[in-house]
Amino acid sequence: MTAMPILSLIVFSPLAGALVVALLPPENAGAIRRSTFVFTLVPLVLAILLLAAFDPANSGMQCTETARWIPQFHIDYRLGVDGLSLFLVLLTAFLTPVVALASWGDIQKRVKEYMVLLLLLECGMLGAFLALDLFLFYVFWEVMLVPMYFLIGIWGGPRRVYAAIKFVLYTMAGSLLMLVGIIYLALQHAAQRGELSFDLLRLYDLSLPFPAQAWLFAAFALAFAIKVPMFPLHTWLPDAHVEAPTGGSVILAGVLLKLGTYGFLRFALPLFPDAAIAAAPVLAALAVVGIVYGALVAMAQPDLKKLVAYSSVSHLGFVMLGLFTFNPEGTAGAIYQMLNHGLSTGALFLLVGMIYERRHTRQIADFGGLWKPLPVYGACFLVILLSSIGLPGLNGFVGEFLILLGAFGRWRLLAAAGATGVVLGAAYMLWMFLRVMFGPMRHGENAALADLSPREIAALAPILALCLYMGMYPQPLLRRMEPSVDAYLARIEKRIAASEHPVLTARSAVAESSPAHSAAQIPRAANWENSR
Amino acid sequence: MTVPSISWVVALPAILATLTGLLVLLADLGMEGPDRDALGWLGILGLAVTAAASAVLWNTHTTSFAGGLTADRYAVFFNVLFCLAGILTLLQSMNYLQTTDIHGGDYYSLTVFAIAGMMLMAAATDFIVAFLALEILSIAVYALAGIWRTEPRSNEAALKYFLMGAFATGFLLFGIALLYGASGTTTFAGIHTALQAETRPVRTLAVAGMALLVVGFGFKAAAVPFHLWTPDVYEGAPTSVTVLMAVGVKAAAFAALGRVLTTALEPLLPDWQGLVWIAAALTMTVGNVLALLQENIKRMLAYSSIAHAGYLLIGLVAVREGGGAAMLFYLVAYALMNIGAFGVVMLVGKRGEPNERIQDYAGLGFRHPALGAAMAIFLLSLAGIPPLVGFAGKFYLFSAAVRAGFVGLAVIGVLNSVLSVYYYVGVLVKMYMAEGGAEIEAPSTRPHLVTALLLAAVGTVLLGVFPSWAYELARQSFLVLRAH
Repeated sequence: MTAMPILSLIVFSPLAGALVVALLPPENAGAIRRSTFVFTLVPLVLAILLLAAFDPANSGMQCTETARWIPQFHIDYRLGVDGLSLFLVLLTAFLTPVVALASWGDIQKRVKEYMVLLLLLECGMLGAFLALDLFLFYVFWEVMLVPMYFLIGIWGGPRRVYAAIKFVLYTMAGSLLMLVGIIYLALQHAAQRGELSFDLLRLYDLSLPFPAQAWLFAAFALAFAIKVPMFPLHTWLPDAHVEAPTGGSVILAGVLLKLGTYGFLRFALPLFPDAAIAAAPVLAALAVVGIVYGALVAMAQPDLKKLVAYSSVSHLGFVMLGLFTFNPEGTAGAIYQMLNHGLSTGALFLLVGMIYERRHTRQIADFGGLWKPLPVYGACFLVILLSSIGLPGLNGFVGEFLILLGAFGRWRLLAAAGATGVVLGAAYMLWMFLRVMFGPMRHGENAALADLSPREIAALAPILALCLYMGMYPQPLLRRMEPSVDAYLARIEKRIAASEHPVLTARSAVAESSPAHSAAQIPRAANWENSR
Repeated sequence: MTVPSISWVVALPAILATLTGLLVLLADLGMEGPDRDALGWLGILGLAVTAAASAVLWNTHTTSFAGGLTADRYAVFFNVLFCLAGILTLLQSMNYLQTTDIHGGDYYSLTVFAIAGMMLMAAATDFIVAFLALEILSIAVYALAGIWRTEPRSNEAALKYFLMGAFATGFLLFGIALLYGASGTTTFAGIHTALQAETRPVRTLAVAGMALLVVGFGFKAAAVPFHLWTPDVYEGAPTSVTVLMAVGVKAAAFAALGRVLTTALEPLLPDWQGLVWIAAALTMTVGNVLALLQENIKRMLAYSSIAHAGYLLIGLVAVREGGGAAMLFYLVAYALMNIGAFGVVMLVGKRGEPNERIQDYAGLGFRHPALGAAMAIFLLSLAGIPPLVGFAGKFYLFSAAVRAGFVGLAVIGVLNSVLSVYYYVGVLVKMYMAEGGAEIEAPSTRPHLVTALLLAAVGTVLLGVFPSWAYELARQSFLVLRAH
C-alpha cells in the first residue's frame, strides 16, 4: 500500500472539519452548510480511493496503521480494513454528505452546532468501523454517543429529552459492561501469553475456557444487541427515531445500528466462538421473533416514522439471523443486508422527513392521494420501498435471499418463520404506500404540496442509483467480501476445532453438510478434563 | 539520646509552601484598599516555585526527621498535584472573591497554609507527623469554610465541618494510640516491622487501630458512611473553598491513606482490603444515588465527589495490581474535572445571586457557547465518557480491580457510572435543551477564572487522549511505596 495513512485521514478528516466549522461565525448559516457538505465529501473521496486500492483477493487486514498509544497496557492505535468493514466505511462516508444535504431545509436553528456534531459523529462512526484495538474501538464507540445524544435532544421532537436520555442510558449500560469484558479479555491474554493485549488480531487466537467465554460473550453481546437493537432490547429505538431530527434518524438507522451488527461480526462472534455457537439457536430465535414482531408492530403504526422505525427492528432481525448461521451465504447476506438497510431505511427516513417538512405531520391518516401533486416524490418513494421489501432486481432482495438461503441450511423452521417477515414486510409497506400515495385526496392542503426540490433530488438520487446497482450487480461487492468472510468463518471453525467444544462440533456448526458431525460428541465433563 | 541528623531537603517543599503563606500574610499588612489580587499572584508564584523545587526531588528517596518525613516520588507526585491544584484555585479565587464579601488577605494565606498541610500529609512517615499535617490542613480549611462571615450558609458550613472534623480527629488519634500500643512506635517503618513479627493480641489491637484510622481518613475523604457533612459543607462554603476541599483535602486524605495502608499497615492487608472493598462499593453507590436527587449544583457535585471517592477506593482495594497508580492518576483527573466544574459554578454565580440551582443553567450552552462547551467537557469527563480524562482514570481503576480479581467490584463501578451519567447529563439537558435560566455576567469580565477553566479543560482533553505519560509518573510514584 501507499505510505499515506489513508485510514487515519478518513477517520480524522471529519474531526478537522468539525474544528473548522466550529470557528465559523454562527450567523452565516449558508457558509456553514456549504463547508460542512464539502468536509463530508472529503472522507467520501478518500473512501472511494480506499475502495480502488483495496485488494479483493486479500482476506486479511489492509492499509493497517499502528502507533503506540498507552504502552503500559499494550494499547495501540491500530486501524485496518477488510472485506467485512470496507463497505460499511463506504456507507458511512456516503450517508453523511446525504444527511448534510438533507438537513439544509430541516435544520434552521443552531445550524453550526448541528453540523459540528454531525461531523464529530462521523469521526466516531468511521473510527469504530476501522479500529483493530479493542480499547480504541471502545473509545470511538462511546464517542459516538455524545453527538447523537445532542442531535436527538436539541433538534428532536416534543419528547426529545426523554428519548435522548433513554438512548444514552441504554447504550451506556450495555457498553460499560463490555468495557469490563474487554479488560478481562486483555488480562486473559496476559495470563496465557505473558503480556496484556488489546490487539484484536492477537486476541482472535486466544482460546478461552468455557465459563469465562460465556460471560465475556454475554457482556459483548449485550452491548451490541442493545445497539442493533435485538428484540427485546429494542424499546429505545422507536423513541429515538421518532424524536430525532431527520438527519439524526438517517444516521441512526443507516449507520449506528450497523455498529451493533458489526460488533457481533467483528468482535463477539469470532472472539468467543464456542459461546456464540452455543447461544446461536437462542439468538437466532430472538432474531426471528424480532423479524415477525417488528413487522407486525410496524403494520399497526399510524405514524410514518414509527412505522419505519419498527421496520428497522424487523430488518435487523434478518441481519442477526444471517450472522448466526455461521455459513458463507448467511454471513455475506448479513453484511449485504446491513448495506441495504442503511441505504433503504436511510432513504425512507429522508422521505418521511421531506413530507414532514411540507405538512408538519407524519400521521398516515393525514395523507392520501399524494401521487397526483408529488409524482417525483412518489416515484422515489416507490423504488425505495420496493428495495426495502426485497423486490428482485433491487438491493434488498440479494441480502434477504442470501440470509434465508443460509438459514435454511441450519434451521429450517426458523428460516421459514423468518421468511414470513418478507411477506409481512411487503404487506405493511405496500399498505402504507397505498394509504399515503393513492386513494382519494382527503385533505385539501395536500393538493398544494410542492414536489421535490433539486437539492432533495440530489440527496435521494445517489441512493436510488446505488439501490439499483446493488440489486443488479451484487458481484463486485460480494467478491470483495468473500475472502474476508471465508477467513472469518475459517477462524471460527479453527477455534472451535481447537477447543473441541461439546455443544456442537466444529464441522456441524460451520458447515451443516458435513457427515462427520456426530463423531465428536464428547460428554461435557469428560471434555472439561481434556481441556485442562 | 542522640540528636537525629536532619536532612532539610526532605522538608524543602513544605518549607517553601509555608514561607509563601507567611509572605502572603506579611504582604497583606502593607496593602491598602480592597484589591488583594497581588496576594493571589504572590501565592501562585510561591506555589509554582514549590512545585518546581519538588519536581527536582523526583530521584531522591530520603527519610529524615527521625523517620517522620520522607522525600520520595510519591511525595513529589502529590506535592506537584497540590501545588497545581492550589495555583488553579488561587487563580479562580481572584475573580470569585469579588462576588463575595471576603476581602481579607488571610484568605490567600490560609489557602497556601492548607496546601502546605496537604504536602506534609503526603510526605509523612510517622503518625504524629501525619496527625500534625492533618491539623495544619484542617484548621486552615475550617477557617476558610467560614471566611464569608456575613453569609449564614458559610458560618453553618464552618461549624459543621469543624465539629465533624473534630470527631474524625478523635477517631484518628485513638487509632494511632492503639497502633502505638500494638507496636511501641509511631513511625510507619517501625509499625510495619512490628506487625510482621505478629502475635495474636498485637494483631487484634492493630486491626482495631487500623479500622479507626480508616474511619478518620474516611471522614476527610468523604467516604460513606462518614460523608454526611459533605453536601452541607460543600454547598455552604464559598465555592473556591469548596474546590479546595473537594480536590485538595480529598487528595491529601487519599495520599495519607495510601501511604499508611501500603507501608505501615501492609501486613494487615487481608484485614483492611475487605473493609475498603465495602467502603468503596457503599461510597460509589450512595454518592451516585443521592446525587440523582439534587437540584442544587453544588450539592450535586458534592454527592458526585462522594461517588468519586468510592471509585478512588477501588484503587486501594486493588493496590497490589496497579491500583495505587490508578488511584494517583484518578486523583489528577478528578482534580482537573472538579476545578473545572466548580469554576463554571463560580462563573454562573453573580454577586448576591449565587445561581446554584440546576434550573439556572437552562439555555447556558447556547447563550455562552464556550462556557457551555467547557462545562460539557467537565461533566462528560466526570461521567467517564472517552476520550476525556475521567474515562482514562476509570479505565485504569477498573483494570486494576479486574486484574486483582475483584470483577464484582468493577461491575459495581461500571453500573454506578451508568447511574452517574443520568445526573451529569441532566445538567447538559438543562444547558442545551431548556430555556430561561439565569442571566450571567459575560465570562470575559473575569479573565483569571476563564484562564483557570481553559487550563482545566485543556488538561481534561489532553490527558484523556494521551494518558500514558501521566500514568507512568503515577506508576513510578507508587512504586516507591512498595520498594522499601
